[in-house]
Amino acid sequence: MENLKLPGIDYAALSPMLILFGVACVGVLLEAVMPRRLRHPVQLTLALLATVGALIAVIVGHDKRIVTIGGAIAVDGPTLFLQGAILVLGLVSLLLIGERSVERGGAFVSQAALTVGSQKDLRQAEGQPGSTEVYPLTVFALGGMLVFVAANDLLTMFVALEVFSLPLYLLCALARRRRLLSQEAAVKYFLLGSYASAFFLFGIALIYGYAGGVQLGQVHDAVTSPQRSQVLLFGGLALVAMGLLFKAALAPFHVWTPDVYQGAPTPVTALMAACTKVAAFGALLRVLYVAFDGVRWDFQPVLGTIAVLTMLVGAVLAVTQTDMKRLLAYSSIANAGYLLVGVLALNKSGLSSTMFYLVAYGFSVLAAFGIVTLVRDADGEATHLSRWAGLGRRSPLFAGVFTFILLAFAGIPLTSGFTSKFAVFGAAVEGSQTWLVIFGVITSMLIAFPYLRVVVMMWLSEPGETTPTVSVPGVMTSAALAIGVLATLALGVVPGPLLTLTTDAAQFVR
Amino acid sequence: MLADFPFLSILTLAPLVGAVAVACIPRSRGALAKTVALGWSLAVLVLSIVMWIAYQVGGDRLQFRESYAWIPTWDARFTFAADGIALVMLMLIAVLVPVVILASWHDAEESNRSVPIYFALLLALECTMIGVFAAADVFLFYVFFEVMLVPMYFIIGSYGGPRRQYAAVKFFLYSLVGGLFMLAAVIGLWVVGGHTFDWQTLIQADIDTTTARWLFLGFFIAFAVKAPFFPFHTWLPDAGGAAPAGAAALLVGVLDKVGTFGILRYCLPLFPEASRWFAPTALILSVIGIIYAALLAVGQNDLKRLVSYTSIAHFGFIGIGIFAFTTQAGTGSVLYMVNHGLATGLLFLVVGMFVARRGSALVSDFGGAGKLLPLLAGVMFFAGLASLALPGTAPFVSEFLVLIGTFTVHKAYAVIATAGIILAAGYVLWMVQRTTQGTLNPVLAEMPSMRKDISLREKVVVAPLILLLLLLGFYPKPVTDVINPAVQATMQDVGTTDPGPTAVVNGKVAP
Repeated sequence: MENLKLPGIDYAALSPMLILFGVACVGVLLEAVMPRRLRHPVQLTLALLATVGALIAVIVGHDKRIVTIGGAIAVDGPTLFLQGAILVLGLVSLLLIGERSVERGGAFVSQAALTVGSQKDLRQAEGQPGSTEVYPLTVFALGGMLVFVAANDLLTMFVALEVFSLPLYLLCALARRRRLLSQEAAVKYFLLGSYASAFFLFGIALIYGYAGGVQLGQVHDAVTSPQRSQVLLFGGLALVAMGLLFKAALAPFHVWTPDVYQGAPTPVTALMAACTKVAAFGALLRVLYVAFDGVRWDFQPVLGTIAVLTMLVGAVLAVTQTDMKRLLAYSSIANAGYLLVGVLALNKSGLSSTMFYLVAYGFSVLAAFGIVTLVRDADGEATHLSRWAGLGRRSPLFAGVFTFILLAFAGIPLTSGFTSKFAVFGAAVEGSQTWLVIFGVITSMLIAFPYLRVVVMMWLSEPGETTPTVSVPGVMTSAALAIGVLATLALGVVPGPLLTLTTDAAQFVR
Repeated sequence: MLADFPFLSILTLAPLVGAVAVACIPRSRGALAKTVALGWSLAVLVLSIVMWIAYQVGGDRLQFRESYAWIPTWDARFTFAADGIALVMLMLIAVLVPVVILASWHDAEESNRSVPIYFALLLALECTMIGVFAAADVFLFYVFFEVMLVPMYFIIGSYGGPRRQYAAVKFFLYSLVGGLFMLAAVIGLWVVGGHTFDWQTLIQADIDTTTARWLFLGFFIAFAVKAPFFPFHTWLPDAGGAAPAGAAALLVGVLDKVGTFGILRYCLPLFPEASRWFAPTALILSVIGIIYAALLAVGQNDLKRLVSYTSIAHFGFIGIGIFAFTTQAGTGSVLYMVNHGLATGLLFLVVGMFVARRGSALVSDFGGAGKLLPLLAGVMFFAGLASLALPGTAPFVSEFLVLIGTFTVHKAYAVIATAGIILAAGYVLWMVQRTTQGTLNPVLAEMPSMRKDISLREKVVVAPLILLLLLLGFYPKPVTDVINPAVQATMQDVGTTDPGPTAVVNGKVAP
């Protein structure tokens, strides 16, 4: 009998993920033993330190190119770049999550199990300190995302998918106000997410049947020299892709997005819009570029149709929205479509431009949701569009910041929205996907209208009786906003350094 | 040497610095903001005059070239350079902005919005306008082309008339739609042109016929919306009607010229074959524009909308001048761009003065106003005559050049366009008659504001424009000398030579 050999493990390459998981476990323990009043500062500090530590680990190991732990994890340029992106965006999200001065006790419910509408619930809404489990949950989610973009076999990818999804489902349910909406969002997200996971898993099984293995390299070899039925391959690919498209919120797997974005506590929505997007597209890039490159002619038109559909759905339905968070949700769907255009270039610049877009969009969307957390009245956030009328007269600074972010979403030059669109469209034209660019341009026109409508509301309408005030942001929200806006401006005016970085990083290992 | 001085980058940046400075002035110090803005724009004017002197007539096609690295991955650079066409447009901007700032002295106060911000927006607009004409890098041009919308959007939307919200959004969306078509074309051009945005490199690029036609179309739609040509014109009357008079003068005087300038600078040299192929269509659209807009102008009851429609008709003339592909017509077109900026700018400003006094822009609310405001009515009459191209005023020279230049190659179009002149006389004279002549509208006599004839500030506003219109009407040579070589070079790019009397440019020639 052959001796079992342990696979070699490169702990340095795994260190960012290990740091996050380790700290998340410590956080759970602390939750059990720490006195209540200390939990918030300690947990927040711990989460921030973990993220910074993991980021440092990524930066220190920036020139690693290795497949380790028995082929389960690939650490290469895209992995490191995307991990860095997730950590930086996660850090900014944590700042929003940890904010407690805008609303007394923070954005989260103090005990998730309280019956909605009961006396205890009303008391907690008055400002009891929010639950602190959110920090370990967030760190677990971030850790899962790091593994997700690094996974080199489909099973690891599935495990990572669950590791980062489950905490997100929980986080969605923890809003302090409008709790029924929040719980409904969590249940929807959980149910649909479970279906998607099941599809993904079934797809893995079919792929295993086709390739005789689940490592992306093995799948690639099997695809280039096919020996078994193509039905298994295409069935598997379709199901795996479905799981990923669900997480990336691409039509027709996008229907959860508006409900979940609206119901979830806004800082969590920001986390999902920025980090989950990076993770989902990171995995999609890896699966398509590394494993299924050999059948690109087969999936390109199908996914191209999905990209067009996504852009259209996002842009057209954004026009009809009356709620700010839903509007941003549809905008995020449309942006997922643009990202897919970049992915479908299927060349080096497609990879680099998609990564650039992910970072640029992440910063802008964090700033956008950061502003949403500030516009509030006695009942919490005032998200109905009509309530934003005349905001520019009440608080020109925040309305100005939000206008800038909306112009970025609309793709006006000198914002990151323009450079990132230019990058993905340029890559797509190079990859002979001009038709996608044409649809991209047309939908950009459509979606400019809802953005502009908000700008008109804020600046050109007179403030009404019901125009809410903009709360003075605490230090952390201010920092998050400043980072988001400055990054949006900087990536619009001098995108050179980040473009160089993404271009240098755009090489997968197999 | 003077020619090595970085004129264009400084001219582009200076108004932006001024805009930031003015925006920082507190809201209560409106008067200070106005003075700083005026002083700043005058400084820009002085620098532009120095640049005009430093320009070598008969020198290189593109002068004052500067190039700085920007985004190395895409080879996008801050490249500035000006040919004769850009130079005269830059001068027009430099002249119009201080005039408009002076003319808009009290505009912002009426809107109960921040006065410093209004003037900061005007300066920011000047920055983008100069940038768009000075850029010699397609990417940089596109950036300015789109960013230009933002200050104008807020000027119309925040400081405009009753329908300002609608007008601002319509203006923004129309231009953005055009701009996005151009974005697709810019990306395509970058890919087929060898991953560069440098204009001088790109005009050498060998692009296959079909691709070139599509790319031409992308650029052309953007420019046709901007100019605007029929049938993309419907935003202009709304925007022109709702914008404050000063901003409207800049809108039709300069912003819209970006469209015609873009066709001359980008469409023709980059896609010569496609330009010839599309020329018949463009000519027909231009001719329709001349007649259609003139007819609509006749029927307008709103002064600002009326002037906007006259502009659309004039852009038709510029259009046929460009697509006739003769040096005479081309020079006429460029000259028309300048003269139209002066004449229509003046007309808009004078109309603004009337509207400010009456509180209404409707022709029917006036009547016999000349009896109360004889001098102002006189200025309006002059502005009207200039805009209908009376001999002796500058637009006559350009209109005449366009028509004879077109006549040598396309007799029919020239003849139809000439009918536009008659209509122009109709709408201008009828407007002047209904507002300033005839029996005095009794309502006017009771308004104290209608008794204040032209003030010193307003005299200073109209004087330079009147002077320039007369000067260029009698002696256009300094300007035509600058324009001519640039137009000739452009026509060479297109691959057409000026015909003898019998030559006809064949629009359907195979590649």
